[in-house]
Amino acid sequence: MPLIKNGALVEDAFVNVGDEEPMPANGTIVSRARFGRDREALLERNAPLGVRLKSEESPESLGQDVHRLSVIVLEFPRFRDGRAFSWARLLRTRLGFKGEIRATGHFLYDQIAFMRRVGIDAFEVRENVTLTEFRRAMDEMTNVYQPSADGRKTIRDLRVPIAAE
Amino acid sequence: MYRYDEFDARFVAERVAQFRYQVERRLSGELTEDEFKPLRLMNGLYLQLHAYMLRIAVPYGTLSPKQLRMLAHIARKYDKGYGHFTTRQNMQFNWIKLVDVPDALADLASVEMHCIQTSGNCIRNVTADHYAGAAKDEIEDPRVLGEIIRQWSSLHPEFSFLPRKFKIAVSGSAGDRAAVKFHDMGVEAVRNDEDQIGYRVYAGGGMGRTPYLGYVVGDFVPRQDLLSFLEAVMRVYNQSGRRDNLWKARIKILAHALGPEEMRNQVAREFEEIKRFGSLYLSRDEVARIARYFAPPAFETLEDDPSELAAARQTNRSFDDWCKTNLAPHRASGYTIATVSLKPIGGVPGDISHEQLDGLAALLDEFGISEIRVSHEQNAVLPHVKQKDLPVIFARLQALGLATPNAGLVTDIIACPGLDYCDLANARSVPIAQRISERFADLGRQHDIGELKIKISGCINACGHHHAGHIGILGVDKKGVEYYQLQLGGSGAEDASIGAILGPAFGEHEIVDAVESVIEVYLERREKNERFLDTVRRVGLQPFKERAYATH
Repeated sequence: MPLIKNGALVEDAFVNVGDEEPMPANGTIVSRARFGRDREALLERNAPLGVRLKSEESPESLGQDVHRLSVIVLEFPRFRDGRAFSWARLLRTRLGFKGEIRATGHFLYDQIAFMRRVGIDAFEVRENVTLTEFRRAMDEMTNVYQPSADGRKTIRDLRVPIAAE
Repeated sequence: MYRYDEFDARFVAERVAQFRYQVERRLSGELTEDEFKPLRLMNGLYLQLHAYMLRIAVPYGTLSPKQLRMLAHIARKYDKGYGHFTTRQNMQFNWIKLVDVPDALADLASVEMHCIQTSGNCIRNVTADHYAGAAKDEIEDPRVLGEIIRQWSSLHPEFSFLPRKFKIAVSGSAGDRAAVKFHDMGVEAVRNDEDQIGYRVYAGGGMGRTPYLGYVVGDFVPRQDLLSFLEAVMRVYNQSGRRDNLWKARIKILAHALGPEEMRNQVAREFEEIKRFGSLYLSRDEVARIARYFAPPAFETLEDDPSELAAARQTNRSFDDWCKTNLAPHRASGYTIATVSLKPIGGVPGDISHEQLDGLAALLDEFGISEIRVSHEQNAVLPHVKQKDLPVIFARLQALGLATPNAGLVTDIIACPGLDYCDLANARSVPIAQRISERFADLGRQHDIGELKIKISGCINACGHHHAGHIGILGVDKKGVEYYQLQLGGSGAEDASIGAILGPAFGEHEIVDAVESVIEVYLERREKNERFLDTVRRVGLQPFKERAYATH
């Protein structure tokens, strides 16, 4: 599945590994359940590690372990399930996670800009999503009204210098 | 009223362009109806029984003459010449074509209007007291906060795919005309012992299949922290609200499953963190900047009850009748608040024609009234009327067919669109409202009955607020036949309560008789100055039950 990260198509350096599969040498992504089960062994490996969270799994349970992870994958089982928007936001602001937050599953073109705002920076997209279309989704709305995890200036911030003139 | 600056205008214009692209992709087949649905819903577009319905946001129920004229234009150009005001202060057009919607949205944007978040599982258009800025008992104009909430909630990246829709109402007075306890979240301005203004925040109220009154989650939230607090409630809900069952997805279910203590703890934890983060802090300057838009007009120094008014009331009986029910006390002497009833006898509650919309705009201009309000009771309100102008204003309203003297009376009925339009409905609401209205058409009888709020919903979703009706009527479907359940004792005001079901449902041809017999019991049993609601509360359901079912 194509991976778009920071607005560009990139090679996926990670492989998803099932709960019972042997661990390959390179970057891997495991489920929350496997991470819980094999935590010590996984963290001792000398390779980048990611954890995949189901939409009902809060990243808070990972605690300080997030800082030892390279990727956190947030699943969108249905586009209507918006919990991962809060998980991404919590990862960035409460847990201070600086690594990659990747979205996977069923989400829509029209959700991409929201996802970016809450801190998701990598997207596993369907084969038919072009980069042009992806960038268009990001640019549809120039300004935003509320702060989120992206640090963008809000409309309120932009108004201040104008009001001061 | 609020005026868009360059940022607001650009935001709405880009939103129109975005929707135009979504419609193109739907029409080309690139989007399935299932994928298009949440997108169109976030722009207020529903697929109803017969056609698409477009729901236009009227933030906190305020409209300028220019906006009224635009609504008239939309009604003429894209619909059948009329629109419908809803119980959430919005306007709906029921016969709009999908291909026309982007153009209609562009027309609306030209007068600073939009359909953003009038549906979908997001924070809906915020509502407020329709007497805002005029009411005598007001602590502060709730629309200032309403506008701040409108901006904060518009395309909120974290809260646009909530478990279910989320409705916020704001009240600035002790008298509650915004039904704050029946909303997912209600915000009420309060003054503390040190004379500071803060907000009491309720959460977990709602109607629908399982009605609940909201409880207090924030006793006195300081103004500068209010958005942080609202965001905290939203985050608790987005994380923990149920997503496995559509009927249990509203915050009321979560709030009442957790209980007030746990809910308050969870909210407090998020609140503290968001406050620390700091970016939602509302500065004094920002609040003052928004408040300037809602500054009251310069009121002239006028006397209450001017002689012109008294003279006209003496000579014109219908004017006098109208004054008895359709006026409310204004904060400035010599002024009044006038309700323009959209409930003509036998009419469709909340419907308004393009001629009437244009006529109201002309009337506002003629009398220097800068804005009109839409109430959740599906009426219009003139907020700042000079009492001496009332006789002429009344005559103008009469000519427009908008002078029905029934505000707050038995024929001032709230009804949802029901099975005549809505594909969720189980039964028709409008014809029941029309028949009750015709049965009680006699004005003397209406005055004798006094304040009585009848509210009718065509299905369990309760858009007609039947749970909050002094008399509530709920349409149900029994094997393909429409039946109507009667509820008594509800209130959506500061004495909020949920009505109790009287007994088995009545048939379509029995329900109006049942309402009449319930009212007869009230007339026999009432004590001096007692409203229908008070009598029900005092004597209980039994006497009403006995009479209503006596002949069945």
